[in-house]
Amino acid sequence: MRIVLGIAAFFLILEFITSLGLVPAIYLPRASTIVQRMVELLGDVKFLKHVLATLGAWAVGLTLATLISVPVGILIGTSELTYRMTSPVVEFMRPIPSAALIPLAILLWGQGFPMKVILVAYAATWPILFNTVYGVHDVDPIAVQTARCFGLKQRAIHWRISLPSAAPLIFTGIRISASIGLIVVIAAELLASADSGIGSYILFVSSHGGHMDSVLAGAAVAGILGVLINSAFGVIDRNAFGWRYLGGAAQ
Amino acid sequence: MSPQTALQGKPASAVVEGLRSFFVRFGLGACLIGLWQYLAMRAGSIFFPPPSEIVTRAVELWLSGPPSRLFLGDGVFQDIIPSLGRLLAGWSLAVIVGIALGTVIGRSRRLSELLDPSLQFLRAIPGPALVPVFILLLGTESAMRIVLIAFGSVWPVLLNTIEGTRTVDPLQLDTASAFKLPGRARLWHIILPAAMPKIFAGIRVSLALAVILMVVSELVASTNGIGYRIQNAQIMFLLTDMWCGIVLLAVIGYSLNALFLKVENRVLTWHRGARGRTMT
Repeated sequence: MRIVLGIAAFFLILEFITSLGLVPAIYLPRASTIVQRMVELLGDVKFLKHVLATLGAWAVGLTLATLISVPVGILIGTSELTYRMTSPVVEFMRPIPSAALIPLAILLWGQGFPMKVILVAYAATWPILFNTVYGVHDVDPIAVQTARCFGLKQRAIHWRISLPSAAPLIFTGIRISASIGLIVVIAAELLASADSGIGSYILFVSSHGGHMDSVLAGAAVAGILGVLINSAFGVIDRNAFGWRYLGGAAQ
Repeated sequence: MSPQTALQGKPASAVVEGLRSFFVRFGLGACLIGLWQYLAMRAGSIFFPPPSEIVTRAVELWLSGPPSRLFLGDGVFQDIIPSLGRLLAGWSLAVIVGIALGTVIGRSRRLSELLDPSLQFLRAIPGPALVPVFILLLGTESAMRIVLIAFGSVWPVLLNTIEGTRTVDPLQLDTASAFKLPGRARLWHIILPAAMPKIFAGIRVSLALAVILMVVSELVASTNGIGYRIQNAQIMFLLTDMWCGIVLLAVIGYSLNALFLKVENRVLTWHRGARGRTMT
């Protein structure tokens, strides 16, 4: 109920501001116009294809990043030596903004699907890698020692102690990367003028006649997708790792 | 063992220890750069110039000025300084607005619950998707780029400030009202300090975002900046120049983060100290 009320209030405030006419409506259309345009777009097969193109690149990129970062992160986090050896390299590569790689990615992989996937995978790698390394590295030593006392082998300790205790953090990393990834796909589509996707739709409508209502409707769809993805991951998180919150409450 | 021998033994082992930790820290990086150098020279691909070439070109671009300008080249004044200026302007704007708005929203339970879905939605809108709107409203000068940076990087600060100011220890607040502390003092001496660790975590995330948005903002309709230089190099097929820009951004991102960590450590020392005392 509160959520509906909040969204309604937000919409009314936006509608009020945009109807004041501080800037011409072709520059900043009314909120109601944008919502109307968004509803139109969601019934438009061509636009839905753009949405699918964006989501496809996002999903493949995120999966790729997960498949790379989780094993590498476990490898790095398990041993103190590898942890200390790799951290300067990771610290140096991580701050390279994915946007800075767009020009390079265009040259190497063109303006289509592969370029988007690689950029998403690059941007999504770091949060997953960090959380995996951190999660595996900071396993409760008492749990590991207890397992050792019970005669568990290193391998068994790995599978039954380190990984389960790191799993919630790894998932949090994937969740953060999911949000970042969506932003990166759309940015890449827009800045590299890709052949399809929400970003290329926004670029197209803004450069062909400057239809600001369509631009903002496209951006709003991207925002809603972001919220949906984040909430979906939140639901999975609560269902799969609910025990983590129980443990926290018991302490 | 007499103190004498302990003293004698120390320098040698300290040197060995120092060397060892130096190799552990930088060994892998050096190996990777060496491997890149070797592979790049062997393959001769124009897309991946060897690091030596990138460094030489970077020195040419940015460090070959006259001594009167500390050897800084024209590129520093044309691109790096304008970029960093906009970055700092946009980021500061995001931090100020984020903390101010966040405190107002966070102190009211009803307001924060009411606004939460809208804020989540606004945060999820990709900043670059709004570039066309910002260009129309603000033109293509620095103002547009600063607003874009601020819009994109305000959310972590805002949401963390809301979270931080909302979850102040009730005991502290009760104590404050028992002592009849006026509202302003309560804000400055209890609420904001208590929220500081969360706020700082948000500011750090927003710094990384601000660097990304700085580049994004310079990839469209711009005439200077590091992002512009990279894109220009791509169009002119000057791949070494492009790599220089990418490496420069990594250096900038790394240094800003390191600098910020230093500041954070200093500002939050009291907090860690207090935590350490109460925990043990």
